[in-house]
Amino acid sequence: MLGYTITQWVFGILSFMAIMFALMVVFSRNPVNSVLYLVLTFFCIAGHYLIMNAQFLAVVHIAVYAGAIMVLFLFVIMLMNLNQDTEPQKTMISKIIAGVIGGLLLLVLVGALKGTDQLTTIQSGASKIGLVGNLGKVLFREFLFPFEIVSILLLSALVGAILIGKKDVK
Amino acid sequence: MINGISINMYLLLSTVLFIIGAIGVMARRNTIILFMCIELMLNAVNLLLVAFSTLHNDTAGQVFVFFIMAVAAAEVAVGLAILSMIYRNLKSIDSDLLSELKN
Repeated sequence: MLGYTITQWVFGILSFMAIMFALMVVFSRNPVNSVLYLVLTFFCIAGHYLIMNAQFLAVVHIAVYAGAIMVLFLFVIMLMNLNQDTEPQKTMISKIIAGVIGGLLLLVLVGALKGTDQLTTIQSGASKIGLVGNLGKVLFREFLFPFEIVSILLLSALVGAILIGKKDVK
Repeated sequence: MINGISINMYLLLSTVLFIIGAIGVMARRNTIILFMCIELMLNAVNLLLVAFSTLHNDTAGQVFVFFIMAVAAAEVAVGLAILSMIYRNLKSIDSDLLSELKN
């Protein structure tokens, strides 16, 4: 098909959709719509992980982001009863300035990355490193200590969130 | 090349996603949307980490992404708790009102 392989087509379509949905997150007026577009963006990114054969991360990404974090966002938005009318808006001039700054940053980064053609590439073929078995072995051997630290981090975040959210701390 | 896709395409894609997140942080005043844009930026970096880990056939990148996800989950939990506390006191989540914290 026009000299492109199926993978390249899928990559192009997923990239286009990810960028479009990301733009919709920023520009949609209703916060609930923003959350839903962000979920779609995350699904596109999970698709990218699948292209790279990082199956474990794709599943964890959907479960953690689309399943847990976004639901938390939706809960908070519905708790606060936010909608289009209560949405605070910045002035037009600061929006334009934000766009210009972002565009300049994009220009600088793309210009800096343009010369990376000669990057030493290691042909991986059908990479097997993203599979659960491989990743689990590395995670529980080389990275066992950071893994345990993360569990402590999550516990402290849990306690912290409850403590902050409490109405009156005695 | 990852399955026929140049690493430059991944660099470009995650740069664009990161910039969209950055523009969102600068252009919006709703603190929850700010949070979502930060998530978007984190995910752009995650995508690039996975791309390079696949390129170099090194597992460490994907393990890092796993840890970043755990840290992001903790960050969101604490951040949203703070936000709901702010909303309870100020009855608004306008990020400009947070300048009251100065005094």
